Amino acid sequence: MLINQFLLLGAALFSLGVYGVLSRRNAVLVLLSVEVMLAAVNLNLVVFDRAHQDVVAGGQVFSLFVMAVAAAEVGIGLAIVLLIFRNRRSANVDELDLMKL
Amino acid sequence: MSNVFTLAVPSLLAAGETKEFTDGGALAEWAWLIPVVPIVATFAIVFFGKRSPLKGWGMAWGSMAFVAVYGIILFFANLNEGITYEGAVAIGDWGADGLGHAFGIEWGWMVDGLSIMMYVVVGVVGVLVFTYAKGYMEGDIRYTWFFASFALFGGGMLVLVSAPNLIQLIVGWELVGVASWLLIGHYWEEHENSSAAIKAFLVNKVADVGLFIGAIIIGLSVGSFRFSAIMEHISHGADHSTLAQFSFWAGVAIFIGAMGKSAQFPLHVWLPDAMAGPTPVSALMHAATMVTAGVYLIGRLFPFYNTPGFADDVRWIIIIIGTLTLFLTGLIALVADDIKKVLAYSTLSQLGYMVVAMGAGAYTAGLFHLFTHAFFKSLLFLGAGSVIHAVHSNNMSDMGGLRKYMPQTYWTFMVGSLALAGIFPLAGFWSKDEILASLQYAGGNYTTAQGGDALANFVLVVAIAGAFVTAFYMTRAVSLTFFGTYKGHGHPHESPKIMTYPLIALASLSAVAGLINMPGITSWFTKALEARFLAPGDHHAEGLVISLAIIGTLAAVGGITAGYFLWFADKGTQQERDKFRIPVLYPLLENKYYIDDFYMNGIIRPIRGPVARAVDWFNGHIIDLALNGAGLVAIKAAKVVYWFDQRGVDGAINASAAAAGGTGGLLRLLQTGRVQQYAFLIVAGTVILVAGFLVF
Repeated sequence: MLINQFLLLGAALFSLGVYGVLSRRNAVLVLLSVEVMLAAVNLNLVVFDRAHQDVVAGGQVFSLFVMAVAAAEVGIGLAIVLLIFRNRRSANVDELDLMKL
Repeated sequence: MSNVFTLAVPSLLAAGETKEFTDGGALAEWAWLIPVVPIVATFAIVFFGKRSPLKGWGMAWGSMAFVAVYGIILFFANLNEGITYEGAVAIGDWGADGLGHAFGIEWGWMVDGLSIMMYVVVGVVGVLVFTYAKGYMEGDIRYTWFFASFALFGGGMLVLVSAPNLIQLIVGWELVGVASWLLIGHYWEEHENSSAAIKAFLVNKVADVGLFIGAIIIGLSVGSFRFSAIMEHISHGADHSTLAQFSFWAGVAIFIGAMGKSAQFPLHVWLPDAMAGPTPVSALMHAATMVTAGVYLIGRLFPFYNTPGFADDVRWIIIIIGTLTLFLTGLIALVADDIKKVLAYSTLSQLGYMVVAMGAGAYTAGLFHLFTHAFFKSLLFLGAGSVIHAVHSNNMSDMGGLRKYMPQTYWTFMVGSLALAGIFPLAGFWSKDEILASLQYAGGNYTTAQGGDALANFVLVVAIAGAFVTAFYMTRAVSLTFFGTYKGHGHPHESPKIMTYPLIALASLSAVAGLINMPGITSWFTKALEARFLAPGDHHAEGLVISLAIIGTLAAVGGITAGYFLWFADKGTQQERDKFRIPVLYPLLENKYYIDDFYMNGIIRPIRGPVARAVDWFNGHIIDLALNGAGLVAIKAAKVVYWFDQRGVDGAINASAAAAGGTGGLLRLLQTGRVQQYAFLIVAGTVILVAGFLVF
């Protein structure tokens, strides 16, 4: 089985996600880009699992864990973004320089 | 007890005499307890005295009672069969001298006639004085401490008299000295009393130098400090003796030591001042401990002074010093107002008799006088203490008429005075008569250059005159104290029983103590003293010398009669009572021959003044110079240190701080707080790493 096309797709998706995280101003879109990166990683896990004919399907199971953790993370992330927006009337990442303090 | 060894020294007797003595058996082997018990009691009182029911008195009294009982048992055992025993425990080693003599440090105990006699004197007088002291010292602020020092006083004397070698003797000698210092200065709150204590200690120290030098000469030339070795050396004669070459100076040096402790002219000045101590201390000091030590020392080394070729040429010095002491100090007692001072000068005079007897070669007579004197002099001091206790004054001008108020003190004091004056048949009669009798023999001891018979006859005349003076001043003391009218304040009353019973006991002893050595009838004392390693070879009267006994008694009666006419008819004031004043003599006596003034102005001040000035100059010039120099150096050094601190140390610290600040300022630029910038840096770093791994 040839896996190059899947790996190239995963790399393209990951790069897309990185670009999104670094360039987007809106916090919600930054979180969305993180999800894209996680999807790329999940794709790679599933592909390698198939390629290696893993008996216990570890890659597929691990990708399920990643999805579950990602769902929880997005929940918390969106809650934080919501609170920031309420307090500052903006979800612009550039204006969030409180980490400097 | 494997390190205990005893010396079975055969008795060495001069002049072909041989005599066998026993070693005393278990009784002598356990005699080490005699000095140890009072010393242990001292420490027990110091540590537990205040918590004990009798506040330490019980332990002190018990230790003395033990010594008295043991001493009396030994005395009778010795009478039965002469004991010569020497026990020793080796406790150290001094190595050998150049001649191959090995010197060991030994602790030992001597049991022979002489030390047994001293055990009896110290024990019996000690136990009675300690009994008395319980009443006298009642309510004293340092009651417990007093009895600790007092037990040390007795214990030190017992260490001295039990010593079988010169080194231990010096240890005991100094223990007695330090205990006397503690006791004379017992009421140290008054400057006068602490000065008296220091004076006693220092005068004794001057004399101790003589003792040390003498002990060193004897020890090194004999090769041992043991008395038994010294006696054996002497018994071999002077012909091949190393000691004989130095014996004149050794004899003089030892005698100077004896002059200090036994308060011989001109080193007698400490003894009258020692009256500053509590009266029981004076009683013990003048009777049993301290002042008897010098006479004991001469007695212990008697063959050294009495064997031809050795220190026999020192004897004329001894006899002259003794004669001066017995007569000159007796005269001072005539003018003293303080009752204790009268007794103190009387002690000096009686010590003069003992020393004269020793110098005349009368070993038994001198020590017999020591023995009897111990009883009546302690009695007189305790009686004086009882009077002082009642009148609250030492001065006889505050007393008078006490006969009616204090009958027991009066009667016992009378017995003591008559015994001291030498009235038949009390103790003083026998011992004084024996000294006079032995002086008759003494003439042959001296060469013509040393005075010969003339010296001996002169001394005999002075001794008889001394007997007159003794009776004279004692009559004065008794008249002024107990007769006439009372001139003090308040109502005097008899002392409590704990004080009068010892007086009665001592009065009985003063009455009968002379009977143990009646010449020709009972010679128990002579026999008891004969037990020693080397026989003294002295002269002692075989029978009573009737002529001398009569002359001596007449002198005493004459003194009493003269005193009666002068002082018995008591007048009101001091001036009236002392109307009998000879112009030159009286001021001379009242100022104690100006000896104290001479010591102060002639010796102490001329030394003290220049020494003080020299010390001041040294302090002002040398020490201050050194101090100022040190100060200047310190200032210079401080300036260098300051510069280094400011420029060097502070510079380094500031520079490192500035460097840290600058670095922080640069690093702060990276800290933008923008999440995306951080994320970009992370990604960029990852890309660089991955690229690096791929390339390399």
